Amino acid sequence: MAASAHRIEIIETDILVIGGGTGGPMAAIKAKEADPSLRVMVMEKANVKRSGAISMGMDGLNNAVVPGYATPEQYVKEITVANDGIVNQAAVMAYARGSFPMIQYLDKLGVKFEKDGSGEYNMRKVHHLGTYVLPMPEGHNVKKVLYRQLRRLQVAVTNRYMATRLLKGPDGRIAGAIGVNTRTSEFLVVKAKSVVLACGAAGRLGLPASGYLFGTYENPANCGDGYAMAYHAGAQLANLECYQINPLIKDYNGPSCAYVTGPFGGYTANNRGERFIECDYWSGQMMLEFWRELQSGNGPVFLKMDHLREETIAEIETILHTNERPSRGRFHDRRGTDYRHRPVEMHISEIGFCSGHSASGVWVDEHARTTVPGLYAVGDMAGVPHNYMLGAFVNGGIAGADAAAYCASNPLASYDQGDIDAETARVLAPTLRTDGLTPHEMEFKTRRLVNDYLDPPKVTAKMKLGQRRFAEIREDLDLLVARDPHELHRALEMQSILDCADMAAAASLYRTESRWGFYHLRVDHPETDDVNWNCHTVLFKDDRGRMAHAKREVDPYIVPVAAEDMSAYHQLRIKTPEAAE
Amino acid sequence: MPIITQSSSAAVVIDDAKCIAEKGCRVCVDVCPLDILAIDEVRQKAYMKYDECWYCMPCEVDCPTNAVKVNIPYLLR
Ligand SMILES: Cc1cc2nc3c(=O)[nH]c(=O)nc-3n(C[C@H](O)[C@H](O)[C@H](O)COP(=O)(O)OP(=O)(O)OC[C@H]3O[C@@H](n4cnc5c(N)ncnc54)[C@H](O)[C@@H]3O)c2cc1C
Ligand code: SF4
Ligand code: SF4
Repeated sequence: MAASAHRIEIIETDILVIGGGTGGPMAAIKAKEADPSLRVMVMEKANVKRSGAISMGMDGLNNAVVPGYATPEQYVKEITVANDGIVNQAAVMAYARGSFPMIQYLDKLGVKFEKDGSGEYNMRKVHHLGTYVLPMPEGHNVKKVLYRQLRRLQVAVTNRYMATRLLKGPDGRIAGAIGVNTRTSEFLVVKAKSVVLACGAAGRLGLPASGYLFGTYENPANCGDGYAMAYHAGAQLANLECYQINPLIKDYNGPSCAYVTGPFGGYTANNRGERFIECDYWSGQMMLEFWRELQSGNGPVFLKMDHLREETIAEIETILHTNERPSRGRFHDRRGTDYRHRPVEMHISEIGFCSGHSASGVWVDEHARTTVPGLYAVGDMAGVPHNYMLGAFVNGGIAGADAAAYCASNPLASYDQGDIDAETARVLAPTLRTDGLTPHEMEFKTRRLVNDYLDPPKVTAKMKLGQRRFAEIREDLDLLVARDPHELHRALEMQSILDCADMAAAASLYRTESRWGFYHLRVDHPETDDVNWNCHTVLFKDDRGRMAHAKREVDPYIVPVAAEDMSAYHQLRIKTPEAAE
Repeated sequence: MPIITQSSSAAVVIDDAKCIAEKGCRVCVDVCPLDILAIDEVRQKAYMKYDECWYCMPCEVDCPTNAVKVNIPYLLR
């Protein structure tokens, strides 16, 4: 198949949103609400109806800033502390201020949140300092609600198109994107004044311990395309070395989920049934204590619930087995794990990039703008730490409204036809071969090597060796074969994964200190070095196409944090373990 | 290098007796976020074509006739 034999459809829009999971739809909705005359289009690799992290709904809001429970200032402080001081507070504040209005908006659209008898939101405490969790025991309908609103506002949706590269004009402004149909391999070039990237986490980076390529914590469609596209477009990516690593149900690799069970009295325990961490909120420090417990021989680590009352356990089961990851119940059944009698065995997930849970993302300011004019990033792939689902909605909304304003004063940029030709040639290369290496085996090897060389504790010599192995795989790309559109889709994803592997290694080597607990634990640089590294790191493609790095200062805090408060998350280990109840 | 085919068990099972793909239903194929389900053109029934499942269950929940059963893939079961 020659590139020219493939149909290339070219269309024009004002705003192109790439990724129709959580933040993407909200960006489209808020852009349309800001200016109904704008043409807004969502390009989604899967089907907007059931795509992304919340395909089945969600168990709760993990970071709701609700009046009476927390102020935006308190939230900004909590996240600053949880993320070891490396935050762009303006962006976290923009989220915090938008949090409650977004909850009310979603509520109005029909998303169900838990309320008490008098109709007030039923907030629960999970974080170390404040109260931010709002359960959604009936949170199945989020995607339906979003979809209805997209239809109502006449947002154009193109399902089963995977965006592969962004297009830029000669002045550096965004000009659109190119996508490939995952079922026909047809190309779609979308010219746009503004583009919002909402492609989720890079969740297919490390290999799950089960060895099953798609048994990831994240929805495996989120394989890092967004990170790769931003990188190739010259955008800066921030703090990628602050990996996402989660405490999960062993083998099943989904949340167990301490946020749901914690407020009911469930907790993380060691093999003696004892607590060893004070707070189950996911942070690098929490993961470090988790890892130490496993290393110390006190493992396995469990989520313990057998001390709870029958009614409580029944309630937990209803939430956990019907909502966000409903196959959890099936998994437990086969292994005879009943919360009443047996704790749930947990382990440490594979590594990935995600700012929804951690802090690795494309650099954005408080308007969700990246460093490329006209290009926005929202949700898990945008560098606003610990942003979770509500953050994807709020920052998505901010991006949509800002992009609408941007369109009013910026005409379409023109792109270079040479870029389209180069991209179609790159995309189709694996279809021109009949013999060679399959996408699966190349992906498996890349991800297995990610585990071998990049997992924390991070060792300089290992990471450098990893880089050499990734370079060898890159040479092997000349052998990559795709025999049908589905395989081509996987072959393209595999290349995004390889890009992310290179970025993870380079970013981790650049920051020569340890920070964020387990996320960036460097054996050769075990101390936190606030003199040299109390800053963001950014990674980008330089003018000569090389991977480059820079430090970026942390802007002066808008919410001051006292030095003695800064270490609150460093004291998560329980001093004298309590006896099991 | 020539390419060989390897087999694995299908964790997602479709009950042919219940599946109404022959009447044009494509719901499970449409909603699967990993695009791993397909319709067998000869039998006109849905089936799991690729072993790339996230055991997320939209296919099962959205099927109008309850024909789909999602099992946890063997490697992690
Ligand atoms: C199992 C699980 C449980 C969670 N539980 C909670 C919880 O209880 N509470 C909470 O607040 N948060 C929770 N989170 C986090 C929350 O779900 C995410 O932070 C949020 O949904 C991220 O939104 P997003 O828009 O960035 O990504 P997603 O919603 O995942 O959307 C990304 C979309 O981009 C599409 N895409 C990817 N690449 C391309 C491409 N190249 N071209 C076109 N489209 C593409 C994908 O198909 C997907 O639809 C959980 C996450 C997971 C995975
Ligand atoms: S949704 Fe159900 S009935 Fe429809 S094609 Fe799939 S299995 Fe068959
Ligand atoms: S469980 Fe999810 S990934 Fe597996 S076939 Fe069903 S919809 Fe697709």
